[in-house]
Amino acid sequence: MSEVLLDPVAVARGLRRVAGEIAEHGGVRDLALVGIRRGGEPLAERLAALLRELEGEAPPTGSIDITLYRDDAATALPNPKIGPSRIPFEVRGKRVVLVDDVIYTGRTIRAALDAVLDYGRPRRIELCVLVDRGGRELPIHPDYTVRRVELAPGQRIEVTQKDDGAWATIEEGT
Amino acid sequence: MTTPRARYPHRHLLGIESLEAPEILSILDAAESFFDVSRRSVRKVPTLRGKTVINLFYEPSTRTRTSFELAGKRLSADVINISVSTSSAVKGETLLDTVKNLEAMCPDVLVIRHQASGAPHYVAARTTAAVVNAGDGTHEHPTQALLDAFTIRRRKGRLEGLVVAICGDVLHSRVARSNALLLRKMGATVRFAGPRTLLPPAAETFGAEVHDRLEPALEGADVVMMLRVQRERLAGTFLPSTREYSRKFGLNETRLALAAPDAIVMHPGPMNRGVEIDPAVADGSRSVILDQVEAGVAVRMAVLWMLATEAEGEPAAGA
Repeated sequence: MSEVLLDPVAVARGLRRVAGEIAEHGGVRDLALVGIRRGGEPLAERLAALLRELEGEAPPTGSIDITLYRDDAATALPNPKIGPSRIPFEVRGKRVVLVDDVIYTGRTIRAALDAVLDYGRPRRIELCVLVDRGGRELPIHPDYTVRRVELAPGQRIEVTQKDDGAWATIEEGT
Repeated sequence: MTTPRARYPHRHLLGIESLEAPEILSILDAAESFFDVSRRSVRKVPTLRGKTVINLFYEPSTRTRTSFELAGKRLSADVINISVSTSSAVKGETLLDTVKNLEAMCPDVLVIRHQASGAPHYVAARTTAAVVNAGDGTHEHPTQALLDAFTIRRRKGRLEGLVVAICGDVLHSRVARSNALLLRKMGATVRFAGPRTLLPPAAETFGAEVHDRLEPALEGADVVMMLRVQRERLAGTFLPSTREYSRKFGLNETRLALAAPDAIVMHPGPMNRGVEIDPAVADGSRSVILDQVEAGVAVRMAVLWMLATEAEGEPAAGA
């Protein structure tokens, strides 16, 4: 069973709104967007394009792979393929907005924070997600959220990103 | 979902011989990511925090030991180095007793270099730690072959279809053995070249072409791998003199011109400048000798990561 949470129109509208919030919260000066691989990567690119429309200037974007930073990295990695991290700008002094598709336990974000800090010392780090599905296991909270929904542990958010737009659906079971 | 163990279904890394091509590829692919770690400002990831790696070296080695040490440290593992000159081996303790004693300290990975072929296999059968062969006698040196393959693949974009000339003391070289095995599995053509006294008696079993002169082996080669002349062999019955060896089997600019125009030159080190390799070639634009050293850390990080990662335990749920 699958239920649509966000269709491409809702995703586009939501991203436009959070791009505005990001701009409102300090402009684009010294701003950098870092997508968490792989779901956050295209979202960071879309936010950068929206910020260019809003502010006339796009912030630099990067992506980060958190495989090696997971708290279960030494016991059970679900996928041994470590993707490349790409941070083509100086992190030091920047306002970094981490971008991911779904936040659940918060463990991915914990790992991403450590990963970003290994590239330098940013001025501050904020978090932007497409869907916050609740169920946090760590004291981590997104600053910008397109949609918040409370799901049972058995349910799952599936985000599909294609050229013609993104969908977020709620899936039952695994 | 697959774990690293599924991609690399072995408990140890004892040689290239027992590996399949996809397993070799998964190590090389993982090494690409670890390569990037060594180029960042913070050259460390927390992946193997709380794991212990023991480097047990019965033969002198600076490069390989340092490389394993750095690899372990960049993964945040605790690394202990034990070399024979400071160990209890000089006091008469057997290899097995040493290993049993080290095991009481609960290492996760035991990296062993030993002058006896098969020593790592012997240890692997008697320990709960994962064992990495860091060179055993004249048998194998798997991480050297992996780092060489990594270096070649980075330069050439592939391994398949390349012609690789391995030149020098092939007979005594574990580097040559491991490389020949790996390159064959990956679809490259291997040529051995060296003095007849230093060629293995049954080189064909490696699927290698064998030449007792350098020139035909170099002809059109994509990769030229020079082996170190072990000076102790020169003193013995294998070779007449350093000078004659250099004249007949040393790689100089003239000989290198026989290879493909974009050929790369490799050497596992330590080099005997002016013996097997001319300084102009060793320091030339086609030399990737220092790239090999850099690749060594990345490849060993990949190996330690795969071996120190446990198969048990459920993957953590979702994001």
